[in-house]
Formats: sequence, structure tokens, C-alpha cells
Amino acid sequence: MTTLTHLQRLEAESIQIFREAVSESERPVMLYSVGKDSSVMLHLALKAFAPSPPPFQLLHVDTTWKFQAMYEFRDRLVAEKGLDLLVHRNPECVERGINPFDHGSATHTDMWKTEGLKQALDLYGFDLAFGGARRDEEKSRAKERVFSLRSAQHRWDPKLQRPELWHLYNARKAPGESVRVFPISNWTELDIWQYIHREQIPIVPLYFAAKRPVIERDGALIMVDDDRMPLQPGEVPEMRSVRFRTLGCYPLTGAVESEADTLTGIIQEMLLTTSSERQGRVIDHDSSGSMEKKKQEGYF
Amino acid sequence: MAHASDDLLETDIDAYLDRHEHKSMLRFITCGSVDDGKSTLIGRLLYDSKLVFEDHLVALEADSKKVGTQGGELDFALLVDGLAAEREQGITIDVAYRFFSTERRKFIVADTPGHEQYTRNMVTGASTADLAIVLIDARKGVLTQTRRHSFVVSLLGIRHVVLAVNKIDLVDYSEEVYRQIESDYREFASQIGLDDVTCIPMSALAGDNITEVGPNMPWYDGLPLMGLLEDVQIDDELQSLPFRMAVQWVNRPDLDFRGFSGQISGGTVRPGVAVRVLPSGRATTVDRIVTFDGDLEEAVAGQSVTITLTDEVDVSRGDVIATSLAPPAVADQFEAHIIWMDDHEMLPGRPYLLKIGARTVNATLAQPKYKVNVNTLEHVAARTLELNEIGICNINLDRPIPFDAYGENRDMGGFILIDRFTNATVAAGLLHFALRRSDNVHWQAIEVDKSAHALQKAQKPCVVWFTGLSGSGKSTIANIVERKLFEQGRHTYLLDGDNVRHGLNKDLGFTDADRVENIRRVSEVSGLMVDAGLIVLVSFISPFIAERRMARERVGADEFIEVYVDTPLAVAEERDPKGLYLKARRGELANFTGIDSPYEAPESPELTVDTTSMTPEQAADLIIDHLRQHGFIN
Repeated sequence: MTTLTHLQRLEAESIQIFREAVSESERPVMLYSVGKDSSVMLHLALKAFAPSPPPFQLLHVDTTWKFQAMYEFRDRLVAEKGLDLLVHRNPECVERGINPFDHGSATHTDMWKTEGLKQALDLYGFDLAFGGARRDEEKSRAKERVFSLRSAQHRWDPKLQRPELWHLYNARKAPGESVRVFPISNWTELDIWQYIHREQIPIVPLYFAAKRPVIERDGALIMVDDDRMPLQPGEVPEMRSVRFRTLGCYPLTGAVESEADTLTGIIQEMLLTTSSERQGRVIDHDSSGSMEKKKQEGYF
Repeated sequence: MAHASDDLLETDIDAYLDRHEHKSMLRFITCGSVDDGKSTLIGRLLYDSKLVFEDHLVALEADSKKVGTQGGELDFALLVDGLAAEREQGITIDVAYRFFSTERRKFIVADTPGHEQYTRNMVTGASTADLAIVLIDARKGVLTQTRRHSFVVSLLGIRHVVLAVNKIDLVDYSEEVYRQIESDYREFASQIGLDDVTCIPMSALAGDNITEVGPNMPWYDGLPLMGLLEDVQIDDELQSLPFRMAVQWVNRPDLDFRGFSGQISGGTVRPGVAVRVLPSGRATTVDRIVTFDGDLEEAVAGQSVTITLTDEVDVSRGDVIATSLAPPAVADQFEAHIIWMDDHEMLPGRPYLLKIGARTVNATLAQPKYKVNVNTLEHVAARTLELNEIGICNINLDRPIPFDAYGENRDMGGFILIDRFTNATVAAGLLHFALRRSDNVHWQAIEVDKSAHALQKAQKPCVVWFTGLSGSGKSTIANIVERKLFEQGRHTYLLDGDNVRHGLNKDLGFTDADRVENIRRVSEVSGLMVDAGLIVLVSFISPFIAERRMARERVGADEFIEVYVDTPLAVAEERDPKGLYLKARRGELANFTGIDSPYEAPESPELTVDTTSMTPEQAADLIIDHLRQHGFIN
């Protein structure tokens, strides 16, 4: 008798979800955000269809405000693995120069990410999109299905969720509607790290501690990643040993002070730490239940 | 995220990781009534396994003061109640999944609601659970809800049950109270076939018997809840089953490789093993078990793999690869448990989509044999099933499928039903056995067949299906068409409400379910008449798109001509040839189409007849022209 480990079971479940989604859609796409969850999701996609390549394109909904190291990592990975990656930047945001400093984090995120994602899905006619959300991230995520139906306007209706039983997923939809599929729904942050460790999955170096120029603003350590960051009087970037637990737009992503510059060091530190992962993300703090609102409007 | 204190974590992270990467996994559900302390228990498990972060704790403290029910003390239930609306109501309204882990296991908890209207959510949570925790309030004992939840647990085939007698602190840790509840429950559990029941007294709020056996119940000599959850053995059950794998995806990177990808739902497989592909029954042998990480010598239930076969057999998505020593049965008619999950009631006779494994087929349900009163477990006569009702039905598929009884293999016997128009998942079902008929009844080989009948009559048989509101002129036009065809020497028959409702269908009323059955029978009769070579004129309001589509599929699309007799409601009501609208408006006639029952106009009928712009004679000529142009008559 073979006892499967929890990682083997999670992996097998995610692969089953990938294959089911691809078989029941016309034009699937995988949203790729360059973070660690995307890295794991991509790795699982490679496993699900091997020896074939994953039968879908990758889509990066870009904001132009990601860390430089993320762009470098993305472009190198795409070249190495021969991936078919689409990059979409909301043209209205490009034109109006939407940024978190002048327009606020809420508008910035809504315009670049939520609107940008909807535009890209409509533009390419994708009817199914894989996303790397996990149920342990946030309370309203805990109730979202693995296959989540979106209206033609990309809205999520928590009351109209389809029951999901056994391993049976209902991916049927009317013309114009689409489905978002979350293959790593049942993974926790620790599972993700353990899997990265076991499988030696490459991740953006920003997850590892290094001396980086940061300023302290509203209680968060913000990295001055390029010269677009307006410094307020008295703010002087200083070199501190920091790393990031999640990655997003650099002005909206807080760093933590750390010396952990190895994978095992990160995991050790994470296991000993006492604050949750999303705390570093500025957008979740806007209001209670804010994630639920965002999702109803079409955010991933 | 300080996991249960572990020296290795600080001293030897590699050893720690090695251990934690080899943990097993257990999925369980918690079920109980609204106030049994379910959310509190889960909150407590998260809290005690050190999975609550500081920022969550800060939020919890604030929330406890604001909306908590524990007088400002930490209200663990608030940790798990997710969606905004529910937090205000104080009730969990959907299935939420929670995660925690200990040294030995990772746990996935399906948190399912306990109040009356949400059987559906509990069934959903139970479908993937290995174990169920049934919560009882020690002050209240075994309640109706306890019985209901236990019945669902037993129905969904969860083998391991933990009876948690909660709030034991509120009965002064009384052993007597506990023993009474335990014996009441065991008696009931054995009646419904739950044999593996472990009972435990606890207080989720106070923390007694959660992670450790506390000092308050010296009379209890079992494990604490967490210990029980860590000890339950589950892997051997699936692996001891016969080998099964539903093919999800045919893997063809190039002309040299053809593999079949799927997740093994039972047993084990090795290269060289003799297998069959179902439903075709073709025998072959496993060549390789391919994965991204290299070929495997053996794969077991639960793993997702890609299998190649030694022979070039035809295999497609939905087929099942199974051991040839014990292949699954193949059938198209079953008896099944149906759990209805949609606001719209089940319509016997209407085709639904049935998804099982990786296969989707058309299915029609017969009227339920009975439904189960989940509170008393009595069998109750039923004509349909409504939201949250559970019944036994015969089910008829348009193609044979491979299956095992749900009790043997959940993935081979569990299915969902999907509405073909709303695409909603409307029901879950459990296959129990194939009806014998389907093995033994074969179509009578008829020598004088349909084409012989048609040839004899020098016509191509078909159904002209008139649909429209009452008083739209369907029967008037149909009568003229029949007269004209008769005059040309054609062989026809006219089916309408009057000659069918008074005989064949006189047991049917005008509810939605009866309307569906009405049309089903008419479709069957007209189908037989087409086999007999006749041109059949059917004049029925037939208000639902789904039933007209069913008729079209029964007859065959190329022999079905849908005529939409398009008359605005106001005009039909003005004509009111039988005085029915007047009665309906006075409230004397319930479920009258157009008044208090909907009419769904055809989306793409072969012909539309606008009775406000042409006479019945002109309409009839239009229809006869259509028949001629399409070669039904010459």
C-alpha cells in the first residue's frame, strides 16, 4: 500500500482540474502574474499535459508598475521554456498614466488590473481563464468554487455558484459568459513553499532577502524600485536587508526585514512568523469585505 | 505561522521539511445545527494548531467586541464565517473550505451549514470527505437535524464518523448525560448503516478534548479530537478497489505518442497489466505510465497520470480504462438516488445532461419511486423533487456508460445533472444498479421497417409540430392542412389536445411537470406514427422550448417541422374561442399559458405563421409548400 503525501494529493487534484478545464472549453488561457503562486501553477500545467506542452497561452495583465526583477524573471522564463505569453496593458491607463501615487491604490488596481483583465479576456475571446487564487488567502475566497462562472460583464455572483461535488466540474456557459478556474484552490501558503522546495521551481529573486533601497511609509517598507517613485520631504531610501512575501506593484507591496536568503530560510522564517501573507498587500486593507466586492466586479 | 511547536523547525529546517513534505491528507466535514458550535469548533482547531495570524487575531478581537456572541470574549466562529451577508445574519450560508495541519497530517475541512434549507451544501461538502464530525449540543441530545445530517453522511458513503458531544461544560462534564447521548446515537447510526462511529465529549469553546485530553473529564479514556483525526486510516480503501481510470484528455504531442490522461479513481496499475476500455469493451495491455517526472513502475488511486496502451485501440475522452479482471458494468438504465439542488423542481421526462467521470450524456428521469423524508427516513410518494429533496428515480440515458455502484467507488457512481438551458448544476445523483431491462430488452428486429412503410405510402413521413398560445389558431390551421393532404391522397394523422388529453393523457393536469409528461407522451406517439410512415400533425400549446426540443430529438431533426403559430396574446385573448381566457382571468383556471404560466416562443422554428396578416387557408398553403420543397410530398 502506497500512502500519498499531501503534496502528491494536491498535485494530482490540480492536474485533474487543468485537464478537465481544457477539455471543456474552447479557448482557455492561464493568467500569469509572475509571483510564486503563478510559478507553481505553471509548473503544474507543464505536468498536467506532459509530454505535450500546455494547450493554452499565458496572459500577463501588466500595470507597468511591477518590480523590474519581475519583468526580467518573466522574460527569461518565457525564453527558456519557449512559452507563448501575451502581455496586456490597459491602453487607457497607459494614455492617462494611471499610477498609485496620483490616482490612489484603489483606482490604480481597478483600472490596470480589473479593467485590464476584462479587456484582455474580451479582446482575445478567452472563455476560460486559470487563476492562482487560493482559498486560504482570504475569507471570501474560502467559499469560491474551483470553477467560477462569470457573466458576460465578468461579474461574480456569490449566490449563483454551482455546487461542486466529487471531482465533477460543470464548465458549461452561455455565449459571452466565461469561467475562471482555480487549480490551486486547496493549497495553503505553506504547501506552495514546500512544493517549490521539493520541485526546485524557479521564483523571482525578490522573495529572497537582499540589501535593497527602501523607505518607510505608512508603516510599510516600500522599495524604491525606479525613479518614478516621488519621495516626500525627509524620505531618504536606505539599504536594508528585506524580502517580499507577495509580489505586486512595487509601490503597493510592503517588504519585510529579513536575512533569509535561501529557500529553506524563507520557509523557516515564514513558519515562525505571526502575520498573514496578504497583510503586505495594500489593496486588502481598504475596507472589510473589500475582496468580496472586488470579485463581484470582476477582480481575480 | 507557528505550527505546533517543533524543535526541528528552529534547529534543522531540512529535517523539518522532509518530515512535513511526507504528511498525509484528510478531508472531513463538520455537521450540526445552527447553535451546536460548528464554526466555533473549526475556529478552535485553527487557533489551537497555531494557524491564526496576529493580524487575523487583531481583527478577531475587534469583531468579537462588535458582533461577537461571547460577551467580548474571543468568538472563534467569526474566524470562519466568510461572506459579508452571512456575518451579519450570524449563519454560514455556503460551503467553505478551511485548512490546517499538524505534524502528521494536512486537513481540509468543509464547513457546511446546519439549518433546514441547505441540504444541498452539506451534500456538496460530504461528497469529497473521508470523515464526518457530527456535532451535538450536550444539553439537547440527538435532534432531528442530527438524524438528517447523519443520513446524508451515510448516503454519501462517508465511512468514518466522529460524534462530538459538544458543550459538555454546560452540563457539568456529566458522564451520565454523555453516555445517554452516545447510546441514543449509536442505536440510530446502526439503523442507517454507519458502523464506524467514534464518540467524544468536548467543549470547543473551553478547549476540552480538542488537542489534548483535559482534566475535566477523568472518566473519558479516548483520544482528543485532533488525535482521532490524525489516526484514521483512509488510503487502503481506494487502493484495494479494482483499477479504474476515466480518460480526461487524449495526449497527442506528435504522431508517435498517443497517451490517455486521467486520475486513477480506484486500485493500482502497472505496465503489462491487462485492461479493457469501456464502454467498447476492447481488451489491451498497459504499455507505459507516463508522467512529467518520468515513467512509473506503479501508479495508485488518487494519482493523475498518462497511460499508453500496447494496441492501437480507439479511446476518447470519457472512456474508462479498467482492469480486465473486474471491469465495470455498462448500462443505460439505472436506479439512482437523486438529490435535487435547484430552485426549479425536477421535471420527469425532460432531458438533462448527466456528467459522470469525464463523460457527459443525455438523461431523462422517470417520476420518483418515492422521496425520503430526511427527518423521519420515511418513504413518501412523490411526483417530482424540489430543492433539497432526496428521492429514488429510474434514469434513462441516450448512450450506455461504464459505472460501478456508488457504494463501491464514488467517482464511478456519482454524477451531476445539468440543466441544458440555464447550465445550472441542478442535482447530484448516486448510481446504485443497472435496471435488468437494459441487459435483456433489445429492439425487436422488425422486418417491415420504417422505410418500407414510407415506400408503401409514397411519402416521406414527418411530424409537423404546431406550437402557440391557446386560441392562436393552431388546430384550425392543422385541420385545413390535414384536409388538403388527405385530398392529395396522403396518409396523415392529427394529434391535438382534444383527442389526447381525453384518453392517453387524461391522468395529467397542467402543472409544469405534467406538461412535460404530456409532451413526452405525445412525442413518443408521434415518433411511432412516423415509424408507421405517416405525416403527423401535432397541435399542442407546448409552451416550453425544452420539451419541443425533446420532441425534435425523439422524432429526429430531419423529420421534424416546427410551426410557430404566432398570435399576440391580446389577439388570442380577444378571440377566446373556448372562453378559457375569461375563466383564467377570473382565476377559475390555474396554470393557464400566457396568463399565469409562461410561453417560451421558438428560437428558430422551420416556419412562422403570423395569423394577424394571413388567413388560415393561406397559412395551410404555406405549410404544404414547405413540405413539398423539402421533399416530404411530391
